[in-house]
Amino acid sequence: MGTIISICFAAILTENFVLSKFMGICAFLGVSKKTDTSIGMGMAVTFVMTISTLVTWLINRYILVPFDFVYLRTIVFILVIACLVQLIEMFLRKCVPSLYKALGIYLPLITTNCAVLGVTILMADSDYTNILYPVIYAFAAGLGFTLAIVLFSGIREKLKFCDIPKPFRGFPIALIAAALLAMAFSGFQGLNLPF
Amino acid sequence: MDLFINILIIIGIFGGLALIFGCLLVIASRFFAVKQDERAEKIIALLPGANCGGCGYAGCASYAEAVLSGEAKPNLCTSLSQEEINAIAEISGAEASEKSLPTVAHIKCCGSNECTSNKYNYGGIDDCRSLIRLGGGEKSCVYSCIGLGNCVKACVFGAISVKNGVAAVDTKRCKGCGSCVAACPKSLIELIPATARFSVYCSSKDKGKAVNAICDNGCIACGICVKNCPNSAITLKNNCAVIDYSLCDGCGICAEKCPKGTIRSTKGGKKAVKSSAPAVKTEKPASSTGTFSFDVKNTDKD
Repeated sequence: MGTIISICFAAILTENFVLSKFMGICAFLGVSKKTDTSIGMGMAVTFVMTISTLVTWLINRYILVPFDFVYLRTIVFILVIACLVQLIEMFLRKCVPSLYKALGIYLPLITTNCAVLGVTILMADSDYTNILYPVIYAFAAGLGFTLAIVLFSGIREKLKFCDIPKPFRGFPIALIAAALLAMAFSGFQGLNLPF
Repeated sequence: MDLFINILIIIGIFGGLALIFGCLLVIASRFFAVKQDERAEKIIALLPGANCGGCGYAGCASYAEAVLSGEAKPNLCTSLSQEEINAIAEISGAEASEKSLPTVAHIKCCGSNECTSNKYNYGGIDDCRSLIRLGGGEKSCVYSCIGLGNCVKACVFGAISVKNGVAAVDTKRCKGCGSCVAACPKSLIELIPATARFSVYCSSKDKGKAVNAICDNGCIACGICVKNCPNSAITLKNNCAVIDYSLCDGCGICAEKCPKGTIRSTKGGKKAVKSSAPAVKTEKPASSTGTFSFDVKNTDKD
């Protein structure tokens, strides 16, 4: 139990994929204009991360490693991720068309979201022998992504009402806000739970 | 041999995985199939598919949706023929509406490199908006076409080209969507009726003397066209001739009399079409294009 909590803590806060590993910045900046859509994006990324880590970890451990094809990992993982993104795209189109429209191009772009590939490769490289931990880590990493994007979208919604100097309006101030948020998260660095 | 077996295994693994995922996706697509309005697809098939935005909607697909929901009339797309509009009206159940008057883009400048001079030579980025900031362009006339072709880039039908430093519209290709009107930073482009035969290729607000000094073809507001127009269709506004197309019958006397060659035929040709015989109005077979349908018999064209 202690391991699970410390894995979650690490994946959500200390090793937050967006704010300390700087992965998945594209979607992070692209879909963070409204809190509603950013929650949807976070959910979609969490789903894809969890399921793809589950599938790729199994593929890596039981197919690629025994046959010594670890060098083919990237392409196999991308295949899995692309397939899952297709699946979630169909699901959203059918069940939540408003979210499907709001996410727009960023939904298929989860395929190339490096945070997803990052988690799967990190977990394939790890020496976990139990499938439970990689899946929990991926799920927590997804939650960390959701947390970061929701926090950031809240900031961006507030930024709309601020008197920002003209050259900084729009994207520049968003980048600065993201940097400040990342600095805030760096406060978690070095924290270790006593488990 | 080992390599060969390796490759076979790889193909096997990949093929197997791809097959499994493919099957899963097929099942999922059955499960999550979204029923699309068949009528929308039919309408999209009739639309040109250029997504020019001339109808006021984001693209052909969103225009089709707007027509289906009764929000938009079926005749907003300028490139549709009357039959196509009727077909769309039939599909969507909307009221049949007449084709709106076809228009074409018209660029109010003929100050090509030969007839005007440059104040300086520009070597910056290839964009009219950037050049306009440097004293209103490199040509001496501040009302002139910049010639870097923002309108060319905006036109999805490939109807505009820059010749000799001035943009020119191919009236056969132009659908009158108005993308170029919005793209021109000098607002030199306007939409005129497609049936208009002559137009003023200048928009200079300068006095005649000033125009004369910098451009060989600019309007000097001499008023000869105003006096000679049999239909009083031409007026001078801000030192530039303006044709009222609801009065113009396309006789071409203005183009003939214009001392600077500013008024020209819209159908091409360096100089205006000269007609030796007086213009004769002939009745055109009934067309749906409205009040601008006319035809002029020209005995010779240069």
